Amino acid sequence: MPPDAATAIAAREIVIEVLRYRPETNREPVRQAYRVPFTDDMSVLQGLQYIKDHLDGTLSFRWSCRMAICGSCGMMIGGAPRLACMTVVREYYPGPFTVEPLAHFPIERDLVVTVGGFVKKIESIYPYLIPKTQRRLDEGEYLQTPLQLARYETFSDCINCMLCYAACPQFGENPDFIGPGAMALLQRYNGDSRDGAQTKRMELVHTDNGAWSCTAVGYCSEVCPKQVDPANAVNQNKTRSALDYFLRFLGRPAGSGSAASGEVEP
Amino acid sequence: MVNLIEADIAIVGAGGAGLRAAIAVAEADPGLRIALISKVYPMRSHTVAAEGGAAGVVRPDDSLEDHFHDTVAGGDWLCDQDVVDYFVAHCTEEMMQLEHWGCPWSRKDDGHVNVRAFGGMKIERTWFAADKSGFHILHTLFQTSIKYPSIRRLDEYFCVDLIVEDGRCQGVVAIEIASGEFVLVAAKAVIMATGGAGRVFLQNTNGGIVTGDGMTLAYRHAVPLRDMEFVQYHPTCMPGTGLLFTEGCRGEGGILTNKDGYRYLQDYGLGPPDPWPRNKAMELGPRDRISQAFWHEERKGRTITTAYGEAVHLDLRHLGARKLRERLPQICELAEHFLGINPAKQPIPVRPGVHYTMGGILVNIETATPLAGLFAAGECASAGIHGANRLGSNSLSELGVFGKMAGIAAAAYARSNIIAPIAILERQAQGVERKALSLMVADRGSERPAVLRDEMARSMEAGCGIYRVGAEMQATCDTIATLKERYRRLRLDDRSRIWNTEWLSAIELGYQLDVAEAIAHSAINRRESRGSHQRLDDFRSRDDAAFLKHTLAHYRPDGPPRIDYGPVIITRSPPGKRVYGGEAERIEQAGKEAIHAA
Repeated sequence: MPPDAATAIAAREIVIEVLRYRPETNREPVRQAYRVPFTDDMSVLQGLQYIKDHLDGTLSFRWSCRMAICGSCGMMIGGAPRLACMTVVREYYPGPFTVEPLAHFPIERDLVVTVGGFVKKIESIYPYLIPKTQRRLDEGEYLQTPLQLARYETFSDCINCMLCYAACPQFGENPDFIGPGAMALLQRYNGDSRDGAQTKRMELVHTDNGAWSCTAVGYCSEVCPKQVDPANAVNQNKTRSALDYFLRFLGRPAGSGSAASGEVEP
Repeated sequence: MVNLIEADIAIVGAGGAGLRAAIAVAEADPGLRIALISKVYPMRSHTVAAEGGAAGVVRPDDSLEDHFHDTVAGGDWLCDQDVVDYFVAHCTEEMMQLEHWGCPWSRKDDGHVNVRAFGGMKIERTWFAADKSGFHILHTLFQTSIKYPSIRRLDEYFCVDLIVEDGRCQGVVAIEIASGEFVLVAAKAVIMATGGAGRVFLQNTNGGIVTGDGMTLAYRHAVPLRDMEFVQYHPTCMPGTGLLFTEGCRGEGGILTNKDGYRYLQDYGLGPPDPWPRNKAMELGPRDRISQAFWHEERKGRTITTAYGEAVHLDLRHLGARKLRERLPQICELAEHFLGINPAKQPIPVRPGVHYTMGGILVNIETATPLAGLFAAGECASAGIHGANRLGSNSLSELGVFGKMAGIAAAAYARSNIIAPIAILERQAQGVERKALSLMVADRGSERPAVLRDEMARSMEAGCGIYRVGAEMQATCDTIATLKERYRRLRLDDRSRIWNTEWLSAIELGYQLDVAEAIAHSAINRRESRGSHQRLDDFRSRDDAAFLKHTLAHYRPDGPPRIDYGPVIITRSPPGKRVYGGEAERIEQAGKEAIHAA
């Protein structure tokens, strides 16, 4: 809601309980409460910045763009995975409410978790266009109709914030599970009419840590701040993986069941 | 203790320019070892927030000549025209390259890439991926970079200094953020691609990481910062937070109105308001003019009061919900989420906010700085294409064109140079480490970094805003000098090494103060008005006789910068009157008739 001038200026206070962990001083994480004044339009990120600037400079967290596109500030807020920049403090009034690091990831310090494992998963799925047919730059663009673009566009909107991993019970059990975000990226390229490497990527889908690890809870899509719907990506890959499996019995190559590249390049 | 990583080329910054440079090096010579250093994971880099799109001539009715003239006039003739020529000639192939790498550009029904109108551009030539163009460019480049095994990423490594030995840049020193340990990245060539410095101002569209790091690092090693007084205010930002509503809103047909619902831009040399479409007129005028018009409207009392200052309305209602969802989905999301406004039903309150630093590290057309072995590309550099005011959608293209150039130039340089014995470089690196650690010493004083940062930002806004006067700029110069003094008495709460973001912010504040000082002193010394540098004292008009030249700010460790000037390269467009709207059309028509008559 738009703040009117009067309510925006009349600040109230709320207690934010932040999970702190400083490996150089804490043996294990501890909770620390901060009393923070807030206005109706203030985000949780601004609340944390208030703490850092005015109350306690030792609190560490990642942030940058403030507008839900850089994907840095994912954390557990009130127990749910959310972007701190997109979540308003007022939702939790009168409080107190908790802010904790993203679930299922190792904590490096305070609200900072280890991102490296997730990035390795992204790197593993051939996350780049492997064209069906090579074109030179002077031959112009690969043609792609708006309809063909729409088949993968949603999956290309992933900001790598990892909220879906914090929501995924399977990832919590098995850190090697490729997980919703990387699966969405895999589908982003497999669904791209310009791409010709579906077979190669489907090999990853078939493995123990691929799509079949998913237990179809669907919480990943619920928490996604960009409506990428990673659960849908996983489901599409399960369907294709099953189709590939049966096609193998018929002696056809895996990946030929991929319906993504239905249209022939014009 | 300083760890060692040896590379052939070190790139600082992994946004659009840094990633493009890394790929160019890898393609030029797969045998060169690349260290790609970034204080954030690449996909967090601020390129991610660019919305509207990137320029590249594609339409049959468009031409490189038109893109050249739009850019030069848009920059109020402070562009280097040889560089602009090179730039416009290479934009389209870079956009095409991104397409070949998978960038999901928005399409026409026939499958070809679509282009949209943008401010100050005569013909539609802005390639766009809905309103997340920067996001898609960045992710495409990041994901493509994974193909190249010679690119070694140092994600979340914070650069603290350059290593300069024997007059050549031979590496950098960085802090591994997760451990707080120092690493010397020894390299035969270094490319700066660290982005802009918009966070030295209070209301800005920039992410928290946009703190001018590379500019200051080069500057402290005697590389001049050029044209720093030219700071772009984007006219349509969210009051308070400064979050950006893309110029693409107006490219798609959005209008700006004051509190009376009147399209006020017609009062500021940008009219008449019709007919549509209206490239280079009204809402599609250049950013400096539109931000300046806001300033006047505010003083006339014709703006709308919000909780966070005065605003005007960005009205998109007539575009309809369907087009808004297709072309401007993120704008809808931002308006709904942060303001509770449905842009299909209500106009969005907007005001100008700092967006872009036109100036930067002095480089030549091949991205080489005066310091041998150091190259720079992207917003941190001053290649010479933006002049006194950048046109929207030229900066994303710049990342491609000059990112690639930097990669190729640095690769060539690295192949023909060797580095000094490592022990010599390590001794320097140890000195850098000692200095950076000294910020954490307990008894330095009692100044809080956030207090200094906020005072700097308020002072820059007050003295170096949309309109400037000598006395106010002087006050800002004085404030910055005082803040630099107080910076020596900084006291940090946090003296640990692992993920000490207070320490890193304090180092960034040091960078910001130097950039802020360069901006303020460059501004006060330019005694004319040009592009985004507009004065209300005795210097209200452009003065080509005295100031058709680039400002060069030279760092001095014990005082304000020394300011001198360098030549502007004019090849075929002599400085003319900068006109938009109906007046521009009349002049163009008269020109055509004169040619006919001749």
